[in-house]
Amino acid sequence: MRFEQIKEMLKGKTVGIAGCGGLGSNCAVALARVGVGNLIIADFDVIEESNLNRQYFFADQIGQPKVEALKHNIAKINPAITVEAHLIKLEPQDIVHLFTKCDVIVEAFDKAEAKEMIIETVACEMPDKPLVCGVGMAGWGGNELIKVECYDNLYIVGDKESEASEDNPPIAPRVGVVANMMANVVLEILLGKDR
Amino acid sequence: MKLNLNNREEVLETSKDVLTINEIRAMKKYSFQSLVVKVNGTLIKKNRFDEPVVKDGDKVDIIHLISGG
Repeated sequence: MRFEQIKEMLKGKTVGIAGCGGLGSNCAVALARVGVGNLIIADFDVIEESNLNRQYFFADQIGQPKVEALKHNIAKINPAITVEAHLIKLEPQDIVHLFTKCDVIVEAFDKAEAKEMIIETVACEMPDKPLVCGVGMAGWGGNELIKVECYDNLYIVGDKESEASEDNPPIAPRVGVVANMMANVVLEILLGKDR
Repeated sequence: MKLNLNNREEVLETSKDVLTINEIRAMKKYSFQSLVVKVNGTLIKKNRFDEPVVKDGDKVDIIHLISGG
């Protein structure tokens, strides 16, 4: 398929991104670059200096809400993309409300409990909606351990064991690998496996 | 009991006809706190982990979640 055809197929698609940190910001940018026409992004946080080791923001954006900065950065990369930005700490009812029109949802939260919450919410309230999650991407190396597991409409991307902590922080290369693998799974869902 | 557990065929040694999620977690030594469980594609919430919901031939997904993103 030529890139013009890919772009044509993606321009009417909508992807929801829950969380705009390391996974969400990088995944959103990859999807915007290839022309996924509509992105619905949600996050409650503001950019801190410590985020710049992996998140798609710039030093002069420290202090800004992540959703606003990400919308701005995507507009600079691909102005054709419509970005709906929500400054919100997502609760189950918000997930249903904001993402019901999405073709695919990307889970890009930091905390395990939040990942659990969105998976349960989608399984209960929107069981047919594809959900792509990132689980296990802290540290460096171990490229061969990162994989995609599929459970019906639920896709788990990561090594499933490297938990983020003070002594094992998530940093750009490995977070970027998982974020881009998640975007790659989204494309496989939107375009099909047949190239 | 023969199961498809996390996309792999497994045989669990048990004399029971039905198992609870917590029994399977104990047998498999699954210790993570955050997890999502599906049996034959249907979500099983935490308050049902001690109910006998798993029988021979079932597809059981016990998905562990860890922080980082």
